[in-house]
Amino acid sequence: MIIDGSEKSLRKFLSDLPPVDQVGAEARAAMLATRSIKTSSKAWAIDMAISMVDLTTLEGADTPGKVKSLCAKAVRPDQSDLTVPSVGAICVYNDMVKIARTELDRIGGKSLPVAAVATAFPSGRASLAVKKIDTQDAVDAGANEIDMVIDRGAFLSGRIYDVFEEIRVIKEICGKKAHLKVILETGELVTYDNVRKASYLAMLAGADFIKTSTGKVAPAATAPVVLVMLEAVRDYFTLTGEKIGVKPAGGIRTTKDAIKQLVLVKETAGEQWLTPDLFRIGASALLNDLLMQRMKLRTGHYASANYVTVD
Amino acid sequence: MSDFEYANAPESKAIANISPNYGLFIGGKFVDPKKGKSFSTINPATEELLSKVGYGDKSDIDAAVRSARAAYTKIWSKMPAKERGKYLYRIARIMQERAREFAVVETLDNGKPIRESRDTDIPLAAAHFFYHAGWADKLEYAGFGSKPKPLGVVGQIIPWNFPLLMLAWKIAPALAAGNTVVLKPAETTPLTALLFAEVCQQAGLPDGVVNIVTGDGITGAALVNHPDINKVAFTGSTEVGKAIARSISATKKTATLELGGKAANLVFEDAAVDEAVEGIINGIFFNQGHVCCAGSRLIIQENVADEVLEKLKKRMSLIRVGDPMDKNTDLGAINSKEQLNKIEEISKTGDAEGANRWSPDIKLPTKGFWYPPTIFTGVTQSHRIAREEIFGPVLSVLTFRTPAEAIEKANNTMYGLSAGIWSDKGAKVLWAAKQLKAGVIWSNTFNKFDPASPFGGYKESGWGREGGRHGLAGYLISDSKVNK
Repeated sequence: MIIDGSEKSLRKFLSDLPPVDQVGAEARAAMLATRSIKTSSKAWAIDMAISMVDLTTLEGADTPGKVKSLCAKAVRPDQSDLTVPSVGAICVYNDMVKIARTELDRIGGKSLPVAAVATAFPSGRASLAVKKIDTQDAVDAGANEIDMVIDRGAFLSGRIYDVFEEIRVIKEICGKKAHLKVILETGELVTYDNVRKASYLAMLAGADFIKTSTGKVAPAATAPVVLVMLEAVRDYFTLTGEKIGVKPAGGIRTTKDAIKQLVLVKETAGEQWLTPDLFRIGASALLNDLLMQRMKLRTGHYASANYVTVD
Repeated sequence: MSDFEYANAPESKAIANISPNYGLFIGGKFVDPKKGKSFSTINPATEELLSKVGYGDKSDIDAAVRSARAAYTKIWSKMPAKERGKYLYRIARIMQERAREFAVVETLDNGKPIRESRDTDIPLAAAHFFYHAGWADKLEYAGFGSKPKPLGVVGQIIPWNFPLLMLAWKIAPALAAGNTVVLKPAETTPLTALLFAEVCQQAGLPDGVVNIVTGDGITGAALVNHPDINKVAFTGSTEVGKAIARSISATKKTATLELGGKAANLVFEDAAVDEAVEGIINGIFFNQGHVCCAGSRLIIQENVADEVLEKLKKRMSLIRVGDPMDKNTDLGAINSKEQLNKIEEISKTGDAEGANRWSPDIKLPTKGFWYPPTIFTGVTQSHRIAREEIFGPVLSVLTFRTPAEAIEKANNTMYGLSAGIWSDKGAKVLWAAKQLKAGVIWSNTFNKFDPASPFGGYKESGWGREGGRHGLAGYLISDSKVNK
């Protein structure tokens, strides 16, 4: 144990973390964005990125029909080419979990996890009691993964132990049934020092994954933010031997963006993180761009957008 | 587990239209050397012949200086400053337009990664011309009196580590101030200077304002000793710098000398560790460590030394060494066999004197000149590798206990070109910067250059400054001196 669970030990641990230099972190991320990924490595990266997509719909207008069509896309992203892998998971609101689970099971997607956004997503502004019920509800409905949001207000006002306790309680509800992804909402934490602290706080409290954003706040998964989070999981692994996953979400729309994310993973946390078990990309529009780039690599020319399905 | 190997992503050589042979650029034309001699320039990554270039001797230097003098007297010194500025802007724009061509030629001739020539060398070289173009008609506001005058003809000798960038550092301020030049590029890297000669023609620069004479040290000495040059501007080794200083003593000539360095890179306990590691890597492995201001002495506070070194070693294992033309290469080829021998020789003294050598497990190409990224730990001030400039990808690591000891060790060198400070505490950074005896001090970064920022050293690192307003001073006589 690197902390004993007390507020004092948590505070000491977080305040002892080395600072992040903003200019340096941004320069490193910018340098890695110049990597040139071509031919065979591009093909590999596209398939890996597809298998890492958490295909997401988080709209007030979501309906069973919309969620079912997303399930079909998740299992077989390209019905004209069955060598395309399935995506990493489906990510929906709580009330859509059962519909998604049933549909996935029906169409051959039994192994595909359903992730639910819980704990008063996206703002997290609700009492702990409500957040607990929210989470329990999602787990009961069959969610395999819970994407919880942290209480950014508490974090920013210095009540970090409240944030820690909340994650711990939600983790308990997840139990062995569901993986816990903790959304930091880095766009509201603003500084890289906060991102690093919140990353460690979440990992210490029991997160299986740390996730950048809800997708409802900009900026979201910027390269330097993901860099700082990847450094955190890498160093946490050195410290504890435990591998925590990372999920950038929000603003990753093109194949180029996704490949840049994979380069960040390879050259920061290391190649062992290049698996859907440890890296996911929360996205909706990205998948079709990946499919179109995949077609281009295979056929040598770009197809029109009508050759990929809109779900 | 994965296998995300980056496939080869080579930049195309097709754009580099390298001629099989080049003459000397004198009086606006490429002319054959008077004795008809030439020498080869090779690609240090493959040892393949790139071109044969003219070897300039004393008589060629004399022709070049005459041409520069004529251009100075008849055209350049009489031209309105605004017009001089226009030529410099035109040169800068053409360099940008031909940036990819310059980058490819630079990488082929020098061995540096295409990523660096593309993202650093060429854009910065163009930036130097843009910056100085702006000065051309504003010299009376530069603080050298209301009518500062050019010196006349300037002899310039540049090194092989940043061939085009060093050319820009020399030629841009000289021309902006109203001088004409004779420039001698380094023996192993003449090609981008010759490409630049084509740019001068393309820009319609009056004949003789820029003359480029390729050759070796003897050519350089002929230039330094020519009686009709007013100034020598030299970047290179301290040894040659001293010889130049001796040979111009008791003459009318002035000099700016930008010489060696053994920069201290200080990492304090409160540094942002991950970014400090990036800065250490950039400090010593940028351009294969062929950088006069390289952060070649890493001095870490002892209580964080293990943590920093562990992260540094992991990061070093990710350095991609190999084909400089591959866009993903981080560390390219050593520029010459001679330089490789020198790096090997000094590094061996590190082993012999008891320092511990470490390099990541990286396979080096079999053809060409290569040296792995290397660190020596357990280095003390009295080791040769802590005192002499290695000019290669070799880092000496020392430790300190207190800030005062850090400064003492950092300043205990015959050089004083640059230094780095890594600390998240602003007050400590400012305090350390005041104590350090170095011309350039970077805080929480390293190897950052800008045309507006003066560059130069203390002690055996040289005389004068290049870049910025201070750099212009070396190419002007202030009017108070003119009147006397």
